[in-house]
Amino acid sequence: MGLNMRKRFSIPRIASSEITSESAYLKRRDFIRAAGLAAAPVVGGLSLHSEAAKSTGGAALDYVAATPGVGGFYTDEKATPPGDIASYCNFYEFGTGKGDPAHYAHEMTVDPWSIEISGAVHKPGKLHLEDIISGFDLEERIYRLRCVEAWSMVVPWVGFPLAALLQRFEPTGKARYVEFQTLHRSDEMRGTRSYTSIIDWPYREGLRLDEAMHPLTLMSVGVYGKTLPNQNGAPVRLVVPWKYGFKSIKSIVAIRLTETRPATSWETLAPREYGFYANVNPQVDHPRWSQKSERRLPSTLFNPNRIATRMFNGYGEQVAHLYQGMDLAKSY
Amino acid sequence: MRAGVFALCLLPFAWLVYSAATAGLGPDPAESIMHITGEWALRLLLLTLLTSPLRRWSGWPVVLKLRRMLGLYVFFYASVHLMSFCHFYIGWTVGALIEELAERPYITVGFAAWLLLLPLVVTSTRGMQRRLRRNWRRLHRLVYVVAVLACCHILWQARSDIGEPLIYILLFAILLAWRVKRFTARQKN
Repeated sequence: MGLNMRKRFSIPRIASSEITSESAYLKRRDFIRAAGLAAAPVVGGLSLHSEAAKSTGGAALDYVAATPGVGGFYTDEKATPPGDIASYCNFYEFGTGKGDPAHYAHEMTVDPWSIEISGAVHKPGKLHLEDIISGFDLEERIYRLRCVEAWSMVVPWVGFPLAALLQRFEPTGKARYVEFQTLHRSDEMRGTRSYTSIIDWPYREGLRLDEAMHPLTLMSVGVYGKTLPNQNGAPVRLVVPWKYGFKSIKSIVAIRLTETRPATSWETLAPREYGFYANVNPQVDHPRWSQKSERRLPSTLFNPNRIATRMFNGYGEQVAHLYQGMDLAKSY
Repeated sequence: MRAGVFALCLLPFAWLVYSAATAGLGPDPAESIMHITGEWALRLLLLTLLTSPLRRWSGWPVVLKLRRMLGLYVFFYASVHLMSFCHFYIGWTVGALIEELAERPYITVGFAAWLLLLPLVVTSTRGMQRRLRRNWRRLHRLVYVVAVLACCHILWQARSDIGEPLIYILLFAILLAWRVKRFTARQKN
């Protein structure tokens, strides 16, 4: 505890004048766009990133802002701009291209919404969107997000600990794992209608119960202070910052507590490439690419912004004890 | 005609340069640059293989005159693809390149395809064609090996949706089948 206190003061504070607000970002983008259009009116519309991609979510949320110091909830690394978070996504239900979710996720209905909680709990039931947004104390968490594809972002999420949700439904002594499921509504999710996709929808993810109850494990309902854009997993998604991004399942409709380890989508598809644990680990490469470093986005032509990947994505102090005695090269 | 095709083939690259200059490639230009250059290298390779059948069907000799240019464009896009990989993914470090080549078969295969293009580029001039005579044709059959390797490369890197790689493989299979059919027909006569 004493150690933590000292840490709290060792992190330099950023002057509020140094932080760029979202509106300033958007204005800057408008300016850049206007400049681009003036320079080349004919090809101005030929951009990979459409107007839709720039929408960054909806309603403002009521939350406690992140402050430096407490157990990995904050980082002073430069946050990835909201437009980039909203335009560069993996959400295969809308297509496998990075821009597809931003283009097509608006087709998904996110209100009304509910999460069904079942399995090894004393009080199974449903949580409706209103209960999710207003039934928990929302707080901001500034986390690093490391994708298994070797790119990363820094994201200011808004949400509440998953533990708070699970406790409400009172897990029984038998509960050892938590299984999550994404919405599967094919008429609103064009990626799931692809005949050549080899994912067995709905998308499924899972955590061990102690991982799920860890204070870093967040149920997120917003980013940059506003409700999530659909393409980022609206209205509610999981964020597990020390694991590869695919563990942080989006647009959750079901949570089930189980006795046995649930089958998860990527592990089922390619068990050699994606493990159940999927802890960020620079020492264990993906069979098809290295995990030793990552491109921190935004990356540019002349500055790819390649940085070294850290064990547990830099959250080792908080989570390493969960895996004591485990061979992480085997349980990847 | 040739100038027009030359300009057309340059379009994807011009679009990349324009987008990169106007930040239109988004937060991760590496991804789109790798994708677009790799895809166009393969598309142009298939187009190169289409020139012979196209001349047969249409009877236009001019089509064959485009073959060299198309082939050189394949090398151009493949080279930009490889250079982007070196720049964005391994930061121009030889050690990292060797590690990637040794440990990741789809990169080994892709790199081999690029290497096999080199002798074809070097011998693409008319002078070399004359000097090598019959051997020139034999040497340039390497293009089929390159195409097979390129197909493996794109199929191997797919993560969950193999639709696009399958389209390219199917097109290549059709082009190959046409040649096999012609070859067996000639054997019979």
